[in-house]
Amino acid sequence: MTETTEPLVSAPVSPGRAKFLRFLIRDAGVLLALVLITLFFSLSAPYFATPGNALKIFVQIAINTVLAAGMTFVILTGGIDLSVGSVLALCTVVGATIMIDESLSPAVAITLALLACMATGAACGLLNGWISTRWKIPSFIVTLGMLNMAAGAARVVSDNSTITGLPQSFVDFGNLIVGGFLPSIFLVAVLVIAAGWFVLRFTVFGRMIFAVGTNDEAVRLSGHNPDFYKVAAFTISGLTAGIAAMVYLLRLNIGSPIAGVGYELNAIAAVIIGGTSLSGGKGSIIGTLVGACILQVLSTGLQLLGVGDNFKPIVIGLVIVLAVILDAYRERLLRRIR
Amino acid sequence: MDEAILSLEGVGKIFPGAVALSDVSLSITRGETHIILGENGAGKSTLIKLLAGIYQPDSGTIAFSGQPYQPKTPHDAQQSGIRVVHQELNLLPYLSIAENLMLESLPRRRFGIVDRKALNRRAVALLEEVGLDVDPRTRVEALGVAQMQLVEIAKALSYDSRLLVLDEPTATLTPPEIERLFSIIKRLKARGVTIIYISHRLHEVFEIGDRVTVLRNGRLVATRDLHGLSVPDIVRMMIGRDIADEFGFDASLVPGKVALSVTNLKRSAATPEISFAVRHGEILGVAGLVGSGRTEAMRALFGADAKLDGVVEIDGRPVAITAPKDAVRHGLSLLTEDRKGQGLLLDLAVDKNITITDLGKVSRHGLVNRRAEAAAAKDLIGQLRVKASSIEQAVRNLSGGNQQKVVLAKWLFRGTSTLILDEPTRGVDIGARREIYQLLWMLAAAEKGIIMVSSDLPELMGMCHRIIVFSKNKIVGEVPRAEFDQERILSLAYQEYVRP
Repeated sequence: MTETTEPLVSAPVSPGRAKFLRFLIRDAGVLLALVLITLFFSLSAPYFATPGNALKIFVQIAINTVLAAGMTFVILTGGIDLSVGSVLALCTVVGATIMIDESLSPAVAITLALLACMATGAACGLLNGWISTRWKIPSFIVTLGMLNMAAGAARVVSDNSTITGLPQSFVDFGNLIVGGFLPSIFLVAVLVIAAGWFVLRFTVFGRMIFAVGTNDEAVRLSGHNPDFYKVAAFTISGLTAGIAAMVYLLRLNIGSPIAGVGYELNAIAAVIIGGTSLSGGKGSIIGTLVGACILQVLSTGLQLLGVGDNFKPIVIGLVIVLAVILDAYRERLLRRIR
Repeated sequence: MDEAILSLEGVGKIFPGAVALSDVSLSITRGETHIILGENGAGKSTLIKLLAGIYQPDSGTIAFSGQPYQPKTPHDAQQSGIRVVHQELNLLPYLSIAENLMLESLPRRRFGIVDRKALNRRAVALLEEVGLDVDPRTRVEALGVAQMQLVEIAKALSYDSRLLVLDEPTATLTPPEIERLFSIIKRLKARGVTIIYISHRLHEVFEIGDRVTVLRNGRLVATRDLHGLSVPDIVRMMIGRDIADEFGFDASLVPGKVALSVTNLKRSAATPEISFAVRHGEILGVAGLVGSGRTEAMRALFGADAKLDGVVEIDGRPVAITAPKDAVRHGLSLLTEDRKGQGLLLDLAVDKNITITDLGKVSRHGLVNRRAEAAAAKDLIGQLRVKASSIEQAVRNLSGGNQQKVVLAKWLFRGTSTLILDEPTRGVDIGARREIYQLLWMLAAAEKGIIMVSSDLPELMGMCHRIIVFSKNKIVGEVPRAEFDQERILSLAYQEYVRP
C-alpha cells in the first residue's frame, strides 16, 4: 500500500538523474570506497604504492576471490556456506595426492588433479544443498556439519600430514606473472569472477538465482522447483572451493589438511562488503570482487602502516560492520530515489 | 457533544517524488465513528501513519484533546491514547494470546517474573469484551486471520485508548465475522470510544459510520454525514465520476465444455472428499467462511500443498499434479490470496515478475533476451493498464491494485487455460477492481475457465455463473446464478458450523 505510484507534483529527481544516482549509490559505492581506501594508503603507507606491493595484493586476493564468487551464488539464494574453508583443505590434499603420483606424467597428473578438486568440491556442495533442501534444514547448520566432515576427511586422505613435491611445471605456472604485473593465479580468479558475472547477469539460470532469493515460494507457485536452484548454488560454491584449492596449490605448493581455516568467513565478508544482501535476492558478483579487494588492501595497508597483528583484525572487523550499516543506509536512499 | 477530539489543520506530507497528503483539514468529534474512504494512493495510509506516529507531517498541525499532537514514535501515539490497528497484523505468532495482549506491560511478580495467573485472568476479560471465546494460552499462530484481528482489537482496548483507528479491519473477514466486529464497534462506541474506520467496502460503512471523509489524490474531497448518502454518491466523490455497473456481468457468454474437473479430492485423512468442475468461459464462484477450506482446496488442486487422493481432469483428460510445476505445465494458474508473500518478487522489477512464469519464451540457449523481455512486459502492462513509472520499477513500490495486475500479467504471459483466483480484489481500490473485473470478462470471453474465491459476497454474486459454497472443508451446496441469494449462500456457509 505504498502511495508513491502516482506522483502529483513533478518529481524533484528526473528519471535520468535518478538512474545515475541509483548507479552511484548501488553499484559505484563500494568501488568508490575501494578507491578512497587505496588512495589513503598510497599517501600514508610507505611502499604501498609500489608495483611490487600491487603484485603482492593481486597474489593474495586470488584464493578469497574464487571462494567468494561461489559464496555469492549461495548468499543470493538466501543461504550461507560455512564449509568452503575445509572443503578447500580436503581438495588440496586430494589434488596434491594425485599430482605427486609418479606413475602419471605431469600433464596427466595436473589435469586429473584439477578435475578431482572440482569434483570433490562440487560433491561436497551438492551434499550441502541436497541435505538442506531435502530436510528443510538451515544451510548454516548443514554447512557447519560439512565444515567438520570435510576437515576430518582431509586428515584421513592426507594421513594428517602436509603433502609436498608437486610437479615443477605446476609450480612454475603458479609463479608465472603475465606481462610483468598480472600473476597467473589472479587471472584464474578474474576468470572465475567473469564466468560468475556472465551467468548471473545474462542467463535464465542467473535470473532464477535472484528470483529464488527474493521469494522462493512465489517462484515455486509460478511453476518452478526452487530447490533445484538452491542445490545448484551450493554445488557452484563447492566447485569454486575446488578451484580455490588449485589456486592454493599453485600459490603455496603444498596440500595441507589444515589449510583454509577461517577462509569461509573472509569469503562471506567479501560478499557482504560487496553489497550482497544476507537475506538473498540482492547483490552482484562484481561487488564481491571489489569487496575482496577492499579486505586485502586494508590488511596490507594496515600492515605497512605498522599497525600490529593484534590491532589489524579489530580494524578489519569494524570495516565489515560498517559496510553492513552502509548497506542498510544505501537501501533506504535507493528507496527514496525510486 | 460536538467537541472535537482530534483536529487536523492543513496537514501535508511530501515524499521525494510525490505529495502523499496535501492541505488536509479535518475534525473528528468525540464519540463518533468516522469513516475514511479513498482509492489506493488517495492518502489514507499516510494519514493513518501520521496518527500512529510512524510519519511526521511536513506542514500543518494536529491537535488531540485540545493539545498539540506530535508523536515521534508509535509509542508516543499509544501513550497519548491513540491506537492504530493496522491492516497488516502485528502479532507475535509464537507467543500466547495473553502475552500478545499485554506485551507492553506484562503483569509481574517479584524479580520480574511474569505473573501468569494475573496475565491470563486479564486476557480472558479482554477477550470477552471482543467476543472471542478462545483459551488465552493459545499461541497466536494457531488462530485464523479473523480471530487475530479480534486479538488486535482487544489489545488496543487493553490500553484504554480514547481513539481507535481501524485500517481495513474487514478485508479478510467473512460476513458473519464482520457482523460480530460491527457489534463490537457499536459497543465500544457506546462506551465513548472514538473510532476512525478505513474501508474499501462501501456497503458496510453505512451500518456503523456517523460521518464520512473522502480523500482523493492526497486531498480532502469532502466530509459529510453518512445519513442521506448513497453508495453511488460516495463512489462519485472517491473517483470523481460515476460507475454504472461495478461488475458488468456478461449474460451473452454461455459456458462451453468442462475445462477443469476435480473428483474426490481428499486433502488429508480428516477432511472430506470434494468434487467440482469449471467450464470454458465460465466464472465459478467459491464462497465460504475464512478457514472453511476454500483456499486449502485450491492449493491442493494446484499441487501447492500435498493431497492424499483425487483425480484432476483437464479437458476430460486426467493429469497428475504433485507440484505447482505440473499444474502450470497443464495450463493452470493460481493467483494466491497472499499477493506479497506468495505471488510477487517484491524487490525485482515489473518485467522480471511477469516473465518468471516462462523465461523460455524470452530466452535462447539459456540466455535471457532483455529486449524481448522488455517488449513482452511493456505489451502486457499496457493491456492491463498497470500504472508503473517504468517496467524497471520494483513491484514493491506499486499500489495493491497494480501489484495484483502484475500477478495477472505473469499468468497471461505464460498463457493459461484455467485461472484460479483467490481473493483477487482484496486490498484493491475500486477503480482497479473494476478493471480486474473487465479483464476477467475478457478472459472468460476467450474461453478460459475461471475459479474465483472471494469473501466479498456481492462481488461473487455480481461476477459468477455459479457459486459453490464451502463449509468446514466440505462443499455443501451449489447455487446457480438465477437463484443467487445472499441469505441462502450465507446459511450454506454456516451449515456445518451450527450443527451440534
